[in-house]
Amino acid sequence: MALTKEEVEKVALLARLRLSPDELELMTTQLNKIVEYVEQLREVDTTDVEPLAHPLPVTNVFRRDEVRPSLPREEALRNAPDHDDEFFLVPPVLE
Amino acid sequence: MTASEIVHLTARQLRSLFEEGRLSAEEIVSAYLERIRAYDRHVGAFLLVDEEGALQQARTLDERKARGEPLGPLAAVPVAIKDVLCTQGMRTTCASRILHNFVPPYDATVIRKLREADAVLIGKTNMDEFAMGSSTENSGFQITRNPWDLDRAPGGSSGGSAAAVAACFSPMALGSDTGGSIRQPAALCGVVGLKPTYGRVSRYGLVAFASSLDQVGPFAWDVPDTALLLQVIAGHDPMDSTSVEIEVPDYLATLDQPVGGLRIGVVREWLADGVDEQVAKAVEQAIDVYRALGAKIQDITLPHSKYGIPAYYIVAPAEASSNLARYDGVHYGYRAADYDDMVDMYCRTRAEGFGAEVKRRVMLGTYALSAGYYEAYYLKALKVRRVIREDFDRAFEQVDIVLGPTSPTPAFRLGERIDDPISMYLSDVYTVTANLAGIAGISIPCGFTADGLPVGLQLLAPPFEEERLLRAARMYERETNWHTRRPDLERVVAQFEAKQSASAG
Amino acid sequence: MSTTTDVAPYTVVIGLEVHVQLLTQSKLFCACRNRFGDPPNTNVCPVCLGMPGVLPVMNRQAFELALRAAVALNCKIARFTKWDRKNYYYPDLPKNYQISQYDLPFSSDGYLEIPVEGGTKRVGIIRVHLEEDAGKLLHGEGGKRSQVDLNRAGTPLLEIVTRPDMNSPAEARTFLEELRLLLRYLEVSDCNMQEGSLRCDANINLHVHHNGEIIATPIVEVKNMNSFRAVERAMAYEMERQYEEWKRTGARLGEVPKETRGWDENRNITVSQRRKEEASDYRYFPEPDLVPVTVTEEELERVRESIGELPAQRRLRFISGYALPEYDARVIVEQGKKFADYFERVARGLEHAKNASNWMLQDVLRTLNERGWTIEEFPIAAEKLCDLIRRVERREVNTHAAREVFAEMLEGGGDPGEIIERKGLAMVSDEDALRQVVAAVLDKNPKVIEDFKKKKGKKRAQVAGFVRGLVMRETRGKADASLVEKLVNEMIVERAGVGFDS
Repeated sequence: MALTKEEVEKVALLARLRLSPDELELMTTQLNKIVEYVEQLREVDTTDVEPLAHPLPVTNVFRRDEVRPSLPREEALRNAPDHDDEFFLVPPVLE
Repeated sequence: MTASEIVHLTARQLRSLFEEGRLSAEEIVSAYLERIRAYDRHVGAFLLVDEEGALQQARTLDERKARGEPLGPLAAVPVAIKDVLCTQGMRTTCASRILHNFVPPYDATVIRKLREADAVLIGKTNMDEFAMGSSTENSGFQITRNPWDLDRAPGGSSGGSAAAVAACFSPMALGSDTGGSIRQPAALCGVVGLKPTYGRVSRYGLVAFASSLDQVGPFAWDVPDTALLLQVIAGHDPMDSTSVEIEVPDYLATLDQPVGGLRIGVVREWLADGVDEQVAKAVEQAIDVYRALGAKIQDITLPHSKYGIPAYYIVAPAEASSNLARYDGVHYGYRAADYDDMVDMYCRTRAEGFGAEVKRRVMLGTYALSAGYYEAYYLKALKVRRVIREDFDRAFEQVDIVLGPTSPTPAFRLGERIDDPISMYLSDVYTVTANLAGIAGISIPCGFTADGLPVGLQLLAPPFEEERLLRAARMYERETNWHTRRPDLERVVAQFEAKQSASAG
Repeated sequence: MSTTTDVAPYTVVIGLEVHVQLLTQSKLFCACRNRFGDPPNTNVCPVCLGMPGVLPVMNRQAFELALRAAVALNCKIARFTKWDRKNYYYPDLPKNYQISQYDLPFSSDGYLEIPVEGGTKRVGIIRVHLEEDAGKLLHGEGGKRSQVDLNRAGTPLLEIVTRPDMNSPAEARTFLEELRLLLRYLEVSDCNMQEGSLRCDANINLHVHHNGEIIATPIVEVKNMNSFRAVERAMAYEMERQYEEWKRTGARLGEVPKETRGWDENRNITVSQRRKEEASDYRYFPEPDLVPVTVTEEELERVRESIGELPAQRRLRFISGYALPEYDARVIVEQGKKFADYFERVARGLEHAKNASNWMLQDVLRTLNERGWTIEEFPIAAEKLCDLIRRVERREVNTHAAREVFAEMLEGGGDPGEIIERKGLAMVSDEDALRQVVAAVLDKNPKVIEDFKKKKGKKRAQVAGFVRGLVMRETRGKADASLVEKLVNEMIVERAGVGFDS
């Protein structure tokens, strides 16, 4: 089942990637090749096979409810492309 | 001792010469910095060389030694760091424009451990952007060339770290391995590279590509140095829920004891179709070495390993699509200059900040997780993942070590695979299954092709059996001298420049 | 059933989605302080900022509190639970995914019983799961740029989803009140809607009874309700709006896309919120950075034991054990665990617990309200109050004088016995002495007897009351009130020569 350009565009919006028309074209071709390639997974009989999400069977890892020092605010904001003394700043977001 | 002699020593030798007072830390570090200054413009292994910081650290070590203070196991040993590991106060980019100016306010756990061991952090090495690639050509900043042949790729994604060790810019390096990103460049650069069991080494501060597959691991020239570096970085970390609370054995203590009655399983299908003839030959010869050592050699089959690449290219991109969502121009890194609104800001920032391969995988992963496709792709891949794991479980019921080539080919030419994603993906065909299964693996040098390109031998062991893996690797290494060969950089550079000017003329 | 359903030809159907922040010291996945009201971006670290390379580690206390809440909500606790990533882009979500629970929440299928007229009603709980809160987005003046504060990012949050079991706005409100009471009792959350530690969205539609058919109207999600009162009013508004809309359009469930409306507090209406152009696709998948959690029967037993008595059980015990009227039991329990504990400490030393209840619901509660105190800040120890009320019970002091003692204890502390003694407030119950006082009062006010004779029925009782007042004033409020009543009645009848009902 081939991906259409429209589907690829939808995925690009979900992934927050702006693709130029040329990129969209190339991406559609390449994604279809890769998807076609991974389709061979269908050959494997996985009836009654549990999915393996974690490679190791580890469970119940917790930390104690203890407070440790946070970053100084200046440090927290230092890497931000746009900030003032208190906040990260972003383009206006309307509810 | 000359600078050139110093940079050809092992970490253990450096450590003892320093300890014995025959070399100062400053002499050691200066020798490596000199070597980097001379040759890295050709190799391109480093994204950042911390000359000042490294020298400062060296002088501090010399002072501490003079005061008779106790020194860590890596005292005065330079270590190159793949730029995927966060270093406090030192730019960490993942070779991505989207993180071009990111300076972490914290150290990765493995970096903290290196500092505590008194290692000298010499610089940050080039890589495929966000560790996505097998040639280091996907770096957003520069190309890294293979020190054995500058026309060729060092492999990837930890190509900068592998090349840095191969070029003697640093006796050891750290890399990360998600589908072969330590073992494959180690093989292509003729050095040792180890991917620990998932959970053996903390991932805290390792910038995530695919969280359920990523592991940090060491590069070095030989197995003992590899063991030494693994010893320093291994162990449970309360900051990483997936790091396992299992005791770390003293790897060096047992390293030279051969594994008694070693049973080796040779993956036959990895030595059949698709493998380079010279690679296959070198691996067969390595098998003979083991046989001569009294190991029991038997053929095994991993019937589902051929589904490793397709399963990997669902699982890894799916996790990556989520892991890389945070690069959005809000809290750190690059932000597009022009945009209409919030969504547009995200879309342009990411379009401008990410390279082609990253975008491809983010798209693929987003698609594989999206409504209507989750079960057909993501869930299916996780089921195949279990089947692959079960192949290994069965194999390890019969043998102690699984053996095969690390990579189907020796170092390939730069640009050769970059336009064909699937051919590039297949560079990892023998390595990805270890990541999917979470087991430990190592690549060690096992010969050279007629063109003088290194070949890597891959050994795999069950979870948390790094000790067995290292001992088995060491058995082979003691019988051979591949690991003592160094590229003659002066000659390699001269040849390359001659060729360049010939083609230019 | 609500009164509305009796008059309108429809039943309203309401389900709630409630989020409550957990009372932990630190955040869910990092050691930053979990506290409301600190300066922006001061409780943040690489982990809750979503910096490259960081990993979450689950707060044990958060999981324990979550378990406690779910057990108290009668939920089934999953033996195996895991966390998932919910992927969406928003500037208050630093990683652009929220760590939440999708297909294997740690608990499901519970219920909460809420008091309704004439009994209780079970509101089903579909699921309770544990997730992380997002930060806050503030819209600065001028609308040029929005500000992001990540102090709240990573705060442990319980999501509680009810079945659509509430059939009136009042029931929705009662559910929330009962839930808040429960979670505060459990010390799971402080459930403060103003500070956002309890947030609530509602799904509401109607089942219209029309020509013998029951028609379900489209479900509307209502957001932006910032108080329990707002929930009740928004539901009441929406119910009528939906009925009008149904009469106009006849639209049924499933025929139009789900609408989201926001409650406008100032205008008292709900307003349709712009539909997102992009359909949400959260691409849930298992969180690879966290390991699953298994819960054993022993752990569960330990949680059950730690919970102790819940508010509903306590109400019943107050009614049966202390012989309190239902109203008293409800109001005392509603004031919170500490208040009810205080009540019990007072009641245990008394003959009649109802006396403790009267004092608690009148004098104590009034004081707390007037002064804005919690019961923990109330200066009179329970034992002292018990001592005072016991003296009333033993007729050592009358209620009037006891109030004076209470006021004195409130201001200056002290011991009831000592205050009574010092102020000479001990009850006068010497019959002969009181008889003389009554006689003196009647002598001084001869008109009283004339009045009594002239009036009939109830008016005569008023005359007696007037006399009792005079007697009490004469004894500076210390007289035994019932004895005074008896003597006054006797002596008036004696002097007037007529009885009360002749």
